Amino acid sequence: MDFDLMFTSFPKLLGATVVTLKLLSASLFFGLFLGLFFAILRLNKNIFINKFAYGYSYIFRGTPLLVQIFIIYFGLGQIEYLRTTFLWVILKEPYWCAIIAFTLNTGAYTSEILRSAFQTIKPGIIEAGKSLGISNKIIFYKIQIPIAIRQSLPAYGNEIILMMKGTSLASTVTLMDLTGVAKYIISTTFKPIEVFIVAGGIYLFMTFIIHNVIKYLEKKYSFQQ
Amino acid sequence: MELLAFGKTGWGDELFYATLMTIAVSITAMLVGFFFALIFTPLKLSKYKTLNLVGNFYTTVIRGVPELLVIYLFFFGGSGAIMYVASIFGYYEYIEINAFITGSMAIGIISGAYSTEVFRGAIQSIDKGQFEAAKVLGINKFGQFYKIILPQMLRLAIPNLSNVWQITLKDTSLISVTGLVEIMRQSYIAAGSTRDPLFFYSFAAVLYLLLTYVSMKLINKLEVRYSRGY
Repeated sequence: MDFDLMFTSFPKLLGATVVTLKLLSASLFFGLFLGLFFAILRLNKNIFINKFAYGYSYIFRGTPLLVQIFIIYFGLGQIEYLRTTFLWVILKEPYWCAIIAFTLNTGAYTSEILRSAFQTIKPGIIEAGKSLGISNKIIFYKIQIPIAIRQSLPAYGNEIILMMKGTSLASTVTLMDLTGVAKYIISTTFKPIEVFIVAGGIYLFMTFIIHNVIKYLEKKYSFQQ
Repeated sequence: MELLAFGKTGWGDELFYATLMTIAVSITAMLVGFFFALIFTPLKLSKYKTLNLVGNFYTTVIRGVPELLVIYLFFFGGSGAIMYVASIFGYYEYIEINAFITGSMAIGIISGAYSTEVFRGAIQSIDKGQFEAAKVLGINKFGQFYKIILPQMLRLAIPNLSNVWQITLKDTSLISVTGLVEIMRQSYIAAGSTRDPLFFYSFAAVLYLLLTYVSMKLINKLEVRYSRGY
């Protein structure tokens, strides 16, 4: 055990954690909206819209995140037309490519979580709203969405943790996130165990925090007070 | 299309063998995972607090740390650990472990943590009466487990195990960082030499979709088979 290395690498890894957290929060933020959008499309009765939303979630859940990042980072740059548009400003940055890939990925999982939450809402609740003369729009925004969000909290908590682990793939497109810096230290010092303990500890600490925050929210918003 | 031709001109045969490699690694990893699950599930269900702690430590750490980090640990640490053991026996030459073994061990340990959770959940949801009935009938512990608990547990576990299989299959793409030539690595090589990354990575995505689709179909059949009589 090389404790000196553990002490000296800790600040470096902590600095890299900021990159990980930035990637995570940005992709979760955009992913939540994307997921909600596609979950609503899934509930649409039009079969084409429905199938389109299903296809999106099927493709992004059926392929590895690594492939998705590589297609966006290495693949899209190949299209000559894209290089001339303003999109190129975003797509040439590995940081934004990673965020786009993570957003699309977490959006697919989130849409499934929200869809099943919408479907488990008891019809009686919606009928009660209707019989009170509340308009469909308000029923949707004020009754269905809050209940669906509460229902999907445990599953969404898992998704946040999975996404946090997913951000480690940013290191494959040259970003120096927590895993990227850990790999760099390992490959220069050849002390994998020490670095793994420190970096893994930071990841576990983040998992612990996310887990407890979700648990707290579940309790706070539970139906039985 | 000529990019996918078989033989020396295209990448068809290379990608075909790479797909076989992905399947081989996934199956090996899944089996390694079962082996770990077989050890850690009893620990998690044990009456003793210390054994519980060991079981929980395994599943919490592996499920809370990125897969890539675990793979780096095995990739960089694997040969070091083996060489250390060998040096005790007086062997000081450099030992390199096969990328296939490192990869399937790393993915296997990850997959094992998920399998452990699935088995634990399945055993816990078996009716207590089944255990008691087996005891009353005087069946020994071994028979209780293999003839009564295991068949019922498998039925409950298969839907969740199919999720674990999907996760494992997708995780194998991460082994490409160690240089094992599976779908992802082969696409990387092909993309580099033809300067056509968009095509090859999209094709890799199609291959993965195909693998998940076919395996889901097979697992559904298995599910029907094991829920006969319910």
